[in-house]
Amino acid sequence: MKNFTKSIITNSPEETQNLGIKIGKLVECGTVIALTGDLGSGKTAFVQGLARGLEISEDYYITSPTFTIINEYPGRCRLFHVDLYRVNDPEELENIGLIDIVNGIGVTAIEWADLLPDNFIQNHLTLRIVRVDDTSRELSFFSYGHKIEELINKIVL
Amino acid sequence: MLILGIESSCDETAAAVVKDGKTILSSVVSSQIEVHNPYGGVVPELASRKHIEAIAPVVKEAITESGININQLDAIAATRGPGLIGSLLVGFSFAKAYAFALGIPWTGVNHLEGHINSVFLGPESPSFPFIALLVSGGHTSLYYVKSHIEFQLLGQTRDDAAGEAFDKVAKMLGLGYPGGIVISSLAEKGDPEKIKFPRAYLPSTPLDFSFSGLKTSVNRYIQINENYKDHVPDIAAGFQESVVDVLSKKVLSAANQKGCDQVAIVGGVAANKKLRERIKNDASRKGISVYIPSIELCGDNGAMIAAAGYHYIKKGIFSELDCDVYSRVNKKIQK
Repeated sequence: MKNFTKSIITNSPEETQNLGIKIGKLVECGTVIALTGDLGSGKTAFVQGLARGLEISEDYYITSPTFTIINEYPGRCRLFHVDLYRVNDPEELENIGLIDIVNGIGVTAIEWADLLPDNFIQNHLTLRIVRVDDTSRELSFFSYGHKIEELINKIVL
Repeated sequence: MLILGIESSCDETAAAVVKDGKTILSSVVSSQIEVHNPYGGVVPELASRKHIEAIAPVVKEAITESGININQLDAIAATRGPGLIGSLLVGFSFAKAYAFALGIPWTGVNHLEGHINSVFLGPESPSFPFIALLVSGGHTSLYYVKSHIEFQLLGQTRDDAAGEAFDKVAKMLGLGYPGGIVISSLAEKGDPEKIKFPRAYLPSTPLDFSFSGLKTSVNRYIQINENYKDHVPDIAAGFQESVVDVLSKKVLSAANQKGCDQVAIVGGVAANKKLRERIKNDASRKGISVYIPSIELCGDNGAMIAAAGYHYIKKGIFSELDCDVYSRVNKKIQK
């Protein structure tokens, strides 16, 4: 179903974060963003920006959800920051209630989304972050669903 | 006063009976009683909804071990947050129903305040005010502790928790996950000065922490050095040294800023031998006393929730039946 792709280069963690802010402002409640990329590629930095774009108070530090698996924050839409790093078995996805969250009304950002079974989420945006050098990253957006294509067009002019 | 404490904020389902916020009559943690699990098998690491299977047997075990009759309980305390909502709800709802059925008061406790109160469950405890460093897989924060239930957050991690960095570095080195304990034992055989990893001191918010850059730096080292497998103990030691340096400097700097001559180290990473030794050493040179709970009270447990709950109840802070759990706290610590 993947049918539309665009890429962008960011040259610092701040630029990656700023792109997150931009997407946070544009994104509709209910959207799921699947994030893939190595340790240290900037997935959490992106979500920190996304949270600011979703108008989550600066009083909340957006920290890694690896240990807690799902962190929730109140904002323009509720943000569910999910990390599947510790998930070993698809059955555990049910145990953490991920199905309810991705079908809910919040914005869900899922780190280590490559661990999800195929077709676990229907319409969503996939963001793949690849390290270019110490500070630069290539961010590639893939749309799954028509509305997501419109969103990508707004993100990457 | 006898309090039943229930904890289910993350992986562990735990319950304990504690007398007067001080004396542990029983403390049961699900991962330690697998053999008693009537559903058989190992309780999966990602417990969340699986907490449902563990909660009743764990509470029952805690009551039995304590030697009391449930009718002797004066109140119940359960973790209200922060944590995984699905997991928190199990312990929290169980506590509500249990208290309602027994006709006794109950209270929702902040998990982080529970950890801080774990330092009062040992033979020696600090007097107020003191500085607490909470360091675990999910948290790394500094508090100025004014009483059992009054805390000022001085700083916290902006990205990864220290315990998480340990576990992720272990996985990078092929030592499995979670592998924080493996890292510390390997580090004992390595040279901490051989590989210098970065330390994030964050000059603009000097009591905050950041371990994400350190994690990335270890990852880069492994990618660049093909022969890294020949000196894994040195990598482990260099990494641990960086974490311990930052934690020790910041906790003592907080003590200095607040004019405190006592600090407490709590949470899962407080079990790390090197961290315990380093902070005690550095602190003694400055005339600061260090309090660290016993190893079994460093990880998540019900006794610390009962201890904090005792002080809530004593102050008349009770929870109502419509009280809900929460995932995150903002900088103004939530009550």
